[in-house]
Amino acid sequence: MASLRCFLRSGRNAVSVILRREFHKTSPAALQVTVRDALNQAMDEELERDERVFLLGEEVAQYDGAYKVSRGLWKKYGDKRIIDTPITEMGFAGIAVGAAMAGLRPICEFMTFNFSMQAIDQVINSAAKTYYMSAGVAAQHSQCFAAWYGHCPGLKVISPWSAEDAKGLLKSAIRDDNPVVVLENELMYGVPFEMSEEAQSKDFTIPIGKAKVERQGSHITLVSHSRMVGHCLDAAAVLAKEGIECEVINLRTIRPMDIDTIEASVMKTNHLITVEGGWPQFGVGAEICARIMEGQAFNYLDAPAIRVTGVDIPMPYAKILEDHSTPQIKDIIFSVKKTLNV
Amino acid sequence: MQKMLTIISNVLRGSASRNGTRVVVSARTYADFTPQATFDIKKCDLHRLEEGPPQQAVLTREEGLQYYRTMQTMRRMELKADQLYKQKIIRGFCHLYDGQEACAVGIEAGINLTDHLITAYRAHGYTLTRGGTVREILAELTGRRGGIAKGKGGSMHMYTKNFYGGNGIVGAQVPLGAGVALACKYQEKNELCVCLYGDGAANQGQIFETYNMASLWKLPCIFICENNKYGMGTSVERAAASTDYYKRGDFIPGLRVDGMDVLCVREATKFAAEHCRSGKGPILMELQTYRYHGHSMSDPGISYRTREEIQEVRSKSDPISMLKDRMLNNNMASVEELKEIDVEVRKEIEDAAQFATTDPEPPLDDLCNHLFYNDPPIEVRGTNPWTKLKSVS
Repeated sequence: MASLRCFLRSGRNAVSVILRREFHKTSPAALQVTVRDALNQAMDEELERDERVFLLGEEVAQYDGAYKVSRGLWKKYGDKRIIDTPITEMGFAGIAVGAAMAGLRPICEFMTFNFSMQAIDQVINSAAKTYYMSAGVAAQHSQCFAAWYGHCPGLKVISPWSAEDAKGLLKSAIRDDNPVVVLENELMYGVPFEMSEEAQSKDFTIPIGKAKVERQGSHITLVSHSRMVGHCLDAAAVLAKEGIECEVINLRTIRPMDIDTIEASVMKTNHLITVEGGWPQFGVGAEICARIMEGQAFNYLDAPAIRVTGVDIPMPYAKILEDHSTPQIKDIIFSVKKTLNV
Repeated sequence: MQKMLTIISNVLRGSASRNGTRVVVSARTYADFTPQATFDIKKCDLHRLEEGPPQQAVLTREEGLQYYRTMQTMRRMELKADQLYKQKIIRGFCHLYDGQEACAVGIEAGINLTDHLITAYRAHGYTLTRGGTVREILAELTGRRGGIAKGKGGSMHMYTKNFYGGNGIVGAQVPLGAGVALACKYQEKNELCVCLYGDGAANQGQIFETYNMASLWKLPCIFICENNKYGMGTSVERAAASTDYYKRGDFIPGLRVDGMDVLCVREATKFAAEHCRSGKGPILMELQTYRYHGHSMSDPGISYRTREEIQEVRSKSDPISMLKDRMLNNNMASVEELKEIDVEVRKEIEDAAQFATTDPEPPLDDLCNHLFYNDPPIEVRGTNPWTKLKSVS
């Protein structure tokens, strides 16, 4: 069954899967899967598993999704389960929450999270505060909404980086009985990642509220989420050549935050840098630093914890400016060396 | 025969009141009272409809007594809330419904308890018709653990099965209601959703977004605008370019209904429910009604309208008086019988108020509970980093 589904999705990948399955029956077959396809798989599997699940949003049906995340789903599930909405965010976000209150499990897609601002009242006042369930699927555009939604009790907020993250977290979000905001990074949709055999299973989920140590290290802890995790790993690879070993933590969940994993790491490495794409003030990094200060890991710090963040300006248009408004790999390397005083 | 029955029942009543037991008046029922009568009701203004609800309504004695009891309970409950608020036993927001009883009672008479309903913040009346008890409602207003939301919601956040509150953000409940209607259609149980909003909310953009989607997708949704002529302190003429709220749905058929007449509301609701259940999509009802109190307890309600206006509505259009007169004039009940219901209602309210003022407040360790549903217990940060509180689902 898994091989058949793969075949429908994308020719090249499917053929290689089938071949590998033929010749290497005993060893696990890893697979290259893009974040976009991982999200698609997650939704497909959950739509199949639970008939209360349905998807609504702009262009999710006949257009196959503005970013093609929902490609093929309308053809497979039809009008009842995959619903194209007019351009009325506040309205359809409210409808999604209402349907959830009445027992369905809607996936409400905002084309970009900027558009979700029109509906933020429904997300916060109707969904979060009303103790009912829904699941929110959306993309980041020119702003990181982790701090905005992460601020609010009653919401869960997840931020996947890899394809496995995307699939496992989205499935958990759909199965969760509470409102979950899923911060997908649009720039990551087309990036392929290796997906383990375990992750290819229909029952594969990643628990919400648990961070993952992507790379072990002993000199400094880098905590990040979403796209910046890749930057941290790249920076770590460069620094390793100079003998500096970074431990890279992928938060995966913004709220509730897994501070235990971060604390354990800081107690081992004695140095902390948070890395995020969002603005510095009142952000994810600010929250992490505050909690580390307030907790047992503080006594293990050999240098102040610092934050690497987006520049405190609205996103500029010109490419060169845009490139310089979010952390680059060199910014991370620079910050690590400053912190370690090398 | 009649005279003998009268004598007997008078004797019975006399002895019973000495014993303090309830008088059995049913001895008179079959012989004396009209079991049912037909009443003319006001014609509804129609929008995009060839025909409207019938212009006559049949009322049985049982129905009449039940509507009377419920409306009277609602009236007394709201007045008790007023009293408790002035005694500072109820705090915060409190929006009272007295004057509008015919709307809540008439709507419920036109649908089933298995249907769904959502409204805004003037919600105590609906909490009652949708299955809440006076005890639970008053205890919620006084913030006690016996309240319908365990004391954590207050006036604007009361819920029962198939009743989704109680919503504080003006207009936000309308898309929610359409979502509930979507679930009704999706689950194919022949249920519908009644989605209420006021004349003030009627100008909200999200309501028009909702009209569009409900109509496109033929959702079984009855939109009801309770037009009580004032959005807080702003009269409808000062707020809306078009005060024909029943037409504002544009492509959605609409009716304008006399919201002070419980029978008119009932017949219109039955008509609307039939429209929805037959798959024709949404329909809109405007109920013309009136609130005696100000917008909320902090509004005396006379800076933007005259006492004379309020008095005129009370004397000429009060919904409870209208029903009472109809029943008495058609020999469907006796004055004594209705007085008796009043006494019972008064007692029920007193008992409920007693409970609401003596029940303890929710325990402190309930503070962080009910953040999430069906989740393992979590820790919640208190006001400082050393205070960790527990939260269970």
